[in-house]
Amino acid sequence: MNWNKEAAAAIIAAHADMPGATLPVLNALQSAFGYVPDEAIAMVAQALNLSRAEVHGVVSFYHDYRSAPPGRHILQVCGAEACQAMGGEALAERLRARVGIAWGETAADGSVTLERVYCLGLCACAPALLRDGAPEGRLNAARVDTILNDTVR
Amino acid sequence: MSLEIFIPRDSGALAVGADAVAAALTAHAVRLGLDLRLTRTGSRGMYWLEPLVEMATPAGRLGFGPVGLADVPALLAALIAAPEAHPLCLGPTERIGFFARQQRLTFARCGITDPLSLADYRSHGGYVGLQRALSTGPAGTVEEVTRSGLRGRGGAGFPTGIKWQTVARAAGPVKYIVCNADEGDSGTFADRMIMEGDPFVLIEGMTIAGFATGATHGYIYIRSEYPHAIAVMREAIAIARREGLLGADCLAGGFAFDMEVRVGAGAYVCGEETALLDSLEGRRGMVRAKPPLPALEGLFGKPTVVNNVISLASVPWIMSQGGAAYRDFGMGRSRGTMPVQLAGNIRHGGLFETAFGVTLGALVEEIGGGTASGRAVRAVQVGGPLGAYFPPALFDTPFDYEAFAARDGLIGHGGVVVFDDSVDMAQQARFAMQFCAHESCGKCTPCRIGSTRGAEVLERVMRGEDVAANLALVEDLCMTMKFGSLCALGGFTPYPVLSALTHFRADFTARDISLAAAE
Repeated sequence: MNWNKEAAAAIIAAHADMPGATLPVLNALQSAFGYVPDEAIAMVAQALNLSRAEVHGVVSFYHDYRSAPPGRHILQVCGAEACQAMGGEALAERLRARVGIAWGETAADGSVTLERVYCLGLCACAPALLRDGAPEGRLNAARVDTILNDTVR
Repeated sequence: MSLEIFIPRDSGALAVGADAVAAALTAHAVRLGLDLRLTRTGSRGMYWLEPLVEMATPAGRLGFGPVGLADVPALLAALIAAPEAHPLCLGPTERIGFFARQQRLTFARCGITDPLSLADYRSHGGYVGLQRALSTGPAGTVEEVTRSGLRGRGGAGFPTGIKWQTVARAAGPVKYIVCNADEGDSGTFADRMIMEGDPFVLIEGMTIAGFATGATHGYIYIRSEYPHAIAVMREAIAIARREGLLGADCLAGGFAFDMEVRVGAGAYVCGEETALLDSLEGRRGMVRAKPPLPALEGLFGKPTVVNNVISLASVPWIMSQGGAAYRDFGMGRSRGTMPVQLAGNIRHGGLFETAFGVTLGALVEEIGGGTASGRAVRAVQVGGPLGAYFPPALFDTPFDYEAFAARDGLIGHGGVVVFDDSVDMAQQARFAMQFCAHESCGKCTPCRIGSTRGAEVLERVMRGEDVAANLALVEDLCMTMKFGSLCALGGFTPYPVLSALTHFRADFTARDISLAAAE
């Protein structure tokens, strides 16, 4: 969903009363909008009786939170040791080079965001990635190309 | 004709096409007018055979795998006519060597039952442990867990019973059970498998912990990289609550306990228990100095049990079969079983639950079948990104907390990542430092600055610059990190770095420009 202040306010209100609400609120915002915009930080701070600096500190600490809207698809490619042992780095580089952007960036046409993650728990079917949250394992060059063709088109 | 079929819904099976196989089997069966009853289970943990399709027979389940989409029509025809003649038939699943050699206590149901069927859970021994705890009483329950010798399966190996005892004795009406499901170590997936494949065992284990210590609320902190585990745990908790197994009067035993799932946000350091508590409280996941111990001043300042998923999931077995029975497995001070996870470049990757004491060599060569690439094994990293790299020369090391420590390694959460002879160990050492720099919470200097400088100095080594002096610098820096860091992230990053240097020194020194010029 596109950023929408009213919807965000409702999401924040729905979680604000939980003990230690910051992460549940931020996770819910990111899952609704795909990112946590600056405007949301002030709203979260207000609702949780925190300073904006505190909320910004939390948002910037965790690798998951995006500050800009992601592409239509998100590829989270594992870069941890078990995937490295199965040639994961070369495959990740192939994938990145074909999209032609850096890790953490979104393609200019808005098709895909590429992210590096460290371990998906798919270490016995390495190399692995998540495509919009769906696991893909035992990757090889052909499989990576197929995933890209399905994703970037 | 009716067929009873089982296909995992474990994300490791989904990653290699289990959903597509399940859908195709169902569609073909409809076309043939067959009565096919399909149950989605957890995984048996033999990932090289996934997607594994199993068929119920009077003699037990017959396994087929790995099944590709193209295999489905012929497989279905064979299942009706002559199952054992199909080329993918593995025979009875439980007689496959990898499976038959295990001692499955904690994972007894995983891969067999429907994870979200409470009826399945109960008919396979579920809630016997809690029942027994109720009749034993809180103090007796703590005693039983202490007697079992169970130690923290997250990696630290602290005796679970003693931790529970401390929380049970702590004063105050509000206490918490926190389950650490932030399984970030590469090469580990035991927590994920149990949460996806047998969630009620974790719920039961946490409930027993609550009963034993007087805690009334539990949190399961699951990493965001595990969307399937999060979904299954949430559904299982809702079912347990609906059935009166959680809530104001658990199992009609006169005590209250409830729990909820909390989701992380991609910070490895939140697997450290105090950083996890800060994260649960809604802050940056910063490591706390100890004391105070979380058992006395933990979540929101209250007495808190923080246990790993596998520690808690082992408790129902201990309570139903007795601490002494659990203690009978294992060696030395490592009692019971460990779900060893074989991963990376290995032919037979998967979860192998076994009593402590099996050697690393047996795990990698005999059980794991060597590398997937068919090349020689060169290095094995045990215990995640903070674990040491062992060469085959150390393959006689038994899987045991103390034996690994004696060889400057650790078993951690039981992950074993195999590398073949194409690995560059200098690169792996540099990655260990880079990973630490990426994930450091920043609270203590040795970790925050040391990891960045360590990566830079190793970069220089890899360029061949002043190799001997720079390696001496790395070794000195590792000592500072090891003894000066607040937690295991900075404190244990030296393990992979120093072990690579000790056992694979040529990978570093061969780069020396001055040596190359002298030749």
